[in-house]
Amino acid sequence: MSDEEDDIILSELSDEDLVAQMFDDLYDGLKEEIEEAVNILIERGWEPYRVLTEALVGGMTIVGHDFRDGILFVPEVLLAANAMKGGMAILKPLLIATGAPRVGKMVIGTVKGDIHDIGKNLVSMMMEGAGFEVVDLGINNAVENYLEAIETEEPDILGMSALLTTTMPYMKVVIDTMVEKGIRDDYIVLVGGAPLNEEFGKAIGADAYCRDAAVAVETAKTFVARKHNQGAGAA
Amino acid sequence: MTNALSKLLETRDWLLADGATGTNLFNMGLMSGDAPEMWNIDETSKITALYKGAVDAGSDVFLTNSFGANASRLRLHGAESRVHELNKAAAEIARDVADAAGRPVVVAGSVGPTGEIMSPMGTLTHERAVEMFHEQAEGLKAGGADVLWVETISAAEEFKAAAEAFALADMPWCGTMSFDTAGRTMMGHTSADMVKLVGKITHQPLAFGANCGVGASDLLRTVLGMAAAGSTLPLIAKGNAGIPKYHDGHIHYDGTPELMADYAVLARACGATIIGGCCGTTPEHLRAMRDALETRPVGDTPTLEQITEALGGFSSESDGTDGAGPAAAPRRGRRRKA
Repeated sequence: MSDEEDDIILSELSDEDLVAQMFDDLYDGLKEEIEEAVNILIERGWEPYRVLTEALVGGMTIVGHDFRDGILFVPEVLLAANAMKGGMAILKPLLIATGAPRVGKMVIGTVKGDIHDIGKNLVSMMMEGAGFEVVDLGINNAVENYLEAIETEEPDILGMSALLTTTMPYMKVVIDTMVEKGIRDDYIVLVGGAPLNEEFGKAIGADAYCRDAAVAVETAKTFVARKHNQGAGAA
Repeated sequence: MTNALSKLLETRDWLLADGATGTNLFNMGLMSGDAPEMWNIDETSKITALYKGAVDAGSDVFLTNSFGANASRLRLHGAESRVHELNKAAAEIARDVADAAGRPVVVAGSVGPTGEIMSPMGTLTHERAVEMFHEQAEGLKAGGADVLWVETISAAEEFKAAAEAFALADMPWCGTMSFDTAGRTMMGHTSADMVKLVGKITHQPLAFGANCGVGASDLLRTVLGMAAAGSTLPLIAKGNAGIPKYHDGHIHYDGTPELMADYAVLARACGATIIGGCCGTTPEHLRAMRDALETRPVGDTPTLEQITEALGGFSSESDGTDGAGPAAAPRRGRRRKA
């Protein structure tokens, strides 16, 4: 209703109301409002890491759930992610300066022969929205690209995407090469793309298939937590 | 209208389209990651075999091996300058196979999505999209395609751009979208949305409908949705033969020929006129579909329950056309700028 367009002054809201408002603004993809709100919280003395987790990650989680449930679709999620990126751009240098904890790191790319990167980009953005560091290799990646990137970047997770019947098997080529080199188990391998399914992911030797970007984030968190626990146990 | 597809549609109650391209080319040795369109020049006998597979199995219409032959996608293989050549070759081989069939067979020039997101959300402008589709359309036309066929589209803008390009090429056309996300396209369009979208297009298609998506059940729910939305044009159903599984180094779709035969008959009962398969559909599937369409009676419009009983469950409870979809998170209710 246009009558309800009573303009809200973000700086006049309490912390609690402001964060709730940010959830709505992320949902609506309002980039400028998110940037303004992030700055307000920082000015009020919030730790950058708290702004990230409570406001941005919190808001993107709602977006992710509604995407997973078929309420929001790609255009809305792209807008939300764009707004989130606006906030992240402000937070990133502050997070580094304050030595904030890192959730995990992911190298991601669409496989050789495949141009499709819409889903992959969504995963990138949602992972960043969840506090992960993401190195995006783009489209059309041969096995060498992946190997080089995981060696230089030392990520926790390798993500691969394919959208065509003709390119899905290439993910197995990459995983097989990792096995040959004896490095497969050093990484969590997640795969995604419209034609894939859980069983396919298992059959080619991935750790998990992620149906969409929201599921990718949840799966990544679970696996990274498990990996850290194992690491702690072994130490 | 004097094109081959319109003529066939005048004389027949249903037409059998073709099946998969990628799946069948894999079975002939295509390597994952390579562009199938290169074979239009480098492995012409295999492309002839691909087309003949569909025609010999009884297809009345088949699609050319040109799905990814637009400048945006060929760039990956450094072949963006070969759009015209690769499309023309795809259609030429098809023309020869169709003309040798001994019965009317329609060559449909396949046009797939650009893979890019259109503005304002993405970077691909409407003008550039039309230009790329037009370039591809002219190649297919030059090679002798009877009609053009844009498929697996998820964005309304891209569908419109293709229609505009086909008008520029002065070619009749068909178009299908892929409904793979909770019964909608990736961009959120429902089956009813597509009927509205098609209604607004000046250069009207000969037929439209759905291809690919999730499984055969979902696809039929989409066709039912289109029929319910009051479409007057012939509807197209081209569903996948089940879902992909990985066996011994290659991909196998789990839908049997028997299941696809049931699917074909149900598709006709749902209101589809042009019925075929998509990923995973081999000539063996097509033969079973043809046989079923010829020998089984036209059934009553099936209910959703009858579809799931025959073909398996849906991937989501609602497809967005019944007003019973999941509800959005509660909102604070606030101004929207703009």
